[in-house]
Amino acid sequence: MNMSIPVQRFPEHVALVGNPNCGKTALFNLLTGSRQKVANYAGVTVERKEGRCLVAPQRSIRILDLPGAYSLAATSLDEAITRDVCFGKLQGEARPDLIICVLDATNLRLHLRFALELRQLGLPIIVALNMMDAAARRGILIDIEKLEQALGMPVVQTVAVKRGGASDLLQMLGGAMPIPPAALGGDIDLHAEVRKILSSAVIVPRRTGAIDDAIDRWALHPIWGLVLLATVMFLMFQAVFSWAAPFMDGIKSLIQWIGLSLSSALPPGPLRSLLVEGIIAGVGGVLVFLPQILFLFLFILALEESGYLPRAAYLLDKLMVGAGLTGRSFIPLLSGFACAIPGIMATRTIQNERDRLVTILVTPLMTCSARLPVYALLIGAFIPRRTVFDIFNLQGVVLFALYFAGVASALVVAWVMKYLRRDRTEHALLLELPSYRIPHPRDIAIGLWERASIFVRRVGTIILSLTVLLWFLSSYPAAPADAIGPAIDYSFAGRIGHALQAVFAPIGFNWQICIALIPGLAAREVAVSSMATVYALSAASENAAAELAPIIASQWSLATALSLLAWYVFAPQCLSTLAVIRRETASWRTMLLAAAYLFALAYAASFITYQVASRWS
Amino acid sequence: MVSSMLLSDLPSGRAATIERVEGKAAVDTIAARLRDLGFVSGEPVRVVARGLIGADPLVVQIGFTRFALRRTEAARVIVQLEAA
Repeated sequence: MNMSIPVQRFPEHVALVGNPNCGKTALFNLLTGSRQKVANYAGVTVERKEGRCLVAPQRSIRILDLPGAYSLAATSLDEAITRDVCFGKLQGEARPDLIICVLDATNLRLHLRFALELRQLGLPIIVALNMMDAAARRGILIDIEKLEQALGMPVVQTVAVKRGGASDLLQMLGGAMPIPPAALGGDIDLHAEVRKILSSAVIVPRRTGAIDDAIDRWALHPIWGLVLLATVMFLMFQAVFSWAAPFMDGIKSLIQWIGLSLSSALPPGPLRSLLVEGIIAGVGGVLVFLPQILFLFLFILALEESGYLPRAAYLLDKLMVGAGLTGRSFIPLLSGFACAIPGIMATRTIQNERDRLVTILVTPLMTCSARLPVYALLIGAFIPRRTVFDIFNLQGVVLFALYFAGVASALVVAWVMKYLRRDRTEHALLLELPSYRIPHPRDIAIGLWERASIFVRRVGTIILSLTVLLWFLSSYPAAPADAIGPAIDYSFAGRIGHALQAVFAPIGFNWQICIALIPGLAAREVAVSSMATVYALSAASENAAAELAPIIASQWSLATALSLLAWYVFAPQCLSTLAVIRRETASWRTMLLAAAYLFALAYAASFITYQVASRWS
Repeated sequence: MVSSMLLSDLPSGRAATIERVEGKAAVDTIAARLRDLGFVSGEPVRVVARGLIGADPLVVQIGFTRFALRRTEAARVIVQLEAA
């Protein structure tokens, strides 16, 4: 028999491993293109990315993009996942049969140590020397043969941002498995080994990139760095709110058109009501924010890929730590201005569990764009269009104050949580500031697609079911034939609204507001159209807000209006946010804690506002 | 004459060499991580930037890499000033 011929094994299940910022995900995108599946590792919120890669005609292999890690001695959940998968110890996850260790060719002093550490795995390893283009530009010369010899593993050069930049790697993946490198003795000083390899195989003319030095002189400057950051943020918000507007109008008209066509196509009845007033109005009300979310993420991804975001986290760290957060909380809080849902999902980049929890709890305090329609209605109806201090518009000042109140209260709440908690262990910042890079359109496009599909899936599941529930509460039982008041008044929502009035009277809410708060739980801005319904207007009308403004202006006191504004700064109004908190923390307790503290804050703020305003006016 | 000092006190831009990293406790994961990142004896180091308030955090160049460290983290690293 042919027992004497050694069986050649071919790689089938490969894992990409490397330090953060080694260009691993760009390489993953190049290898797999759109053949990716993004999910979570079982039971944790670490993203699991797997794709298929064609290595030869008719032959594709599975590639797993493991979270970036500096060492197998894990200090974060991400790193623990990478370690456990590499050792084959993660439940429900097959051990890879080959490791591709990705190294940034411009950052070998740091990255080579990890490559040497991986030798202890006993798995075959291919070293992908990535960013060879940047290394060449900086005059870094690498003797590949010597490097292969010193590492004991095959080395291929890759340029992840170039078409065909991984052809050598693909060729090797299509061939037979390389021999696993021998493990190094436990007493070997890996840093000394790295120095030895660097001095024999690599020539580096300059330790830093000249461009990085030039940009960082300004970007990290204690004063100019903050000025630059403020400018970047300002431009970003301008763009998010102005560029997204036409798309949002388009989606709004499309939803209205679908609603109208369905209304005329279906006979009146519960089915039409469920589809048009329930599902289309409710889900549509959330989908309208998709353009803003996409523009915001476009900017965040571009800033992330360029290497600027860690610098922003550095600049703001002191302020954030003072408030009980961390510099890394900056990105989630920023996203919260568009919508709390992507903001809460973005907290996954915060390594420390406690820092992450506090960030999740305060993200809903950022003024999301769903509050704007409510603010616009109330400010338009109650705040006179007057110039203050000669240059400012009073309405604009009030709007700014509401945004400011959100940010300030988030800092205060985080500070109180820091003060209350008993665990006072130190967590590190230890943040790498990578070299600046020009973002690659493919990586941004893939990132945007991932986030958009997560958001749309969320709308399709949680938000859809909540919407149907709220529609039911607001529609049943139906009004009797001889009803004189608005139909919603007779429904469960109406009854709950009347019952709630006892609770909300001290903060100046009348029963109409109380009823509108209930459908407003689905999405904050729905409260405006519900209010219109309660005041017996046609809610479907184009300008419900415009017709509503004079009515409430004549019926409500200024104190009630201010109290409702204060309520909206804090209220845990949108159930989707609470659902996402529950999902991201896997804890009902945390979700209830968030709901309870937001409610308490909202009630207290409205109470003070109402009592002060009614005495003063 | 070489003088030892804490990395957190190293003046910006001054070239120095790392002497050692000292843990604050028997098991100090932050100190261990600093060593993994290349803060080991004999490695050249330089402070690139400092924060506005309390000169915290600081940006440090080690090897070919820049890291932002809080003062308490940098205070675990003992450096030697190179002769000017």
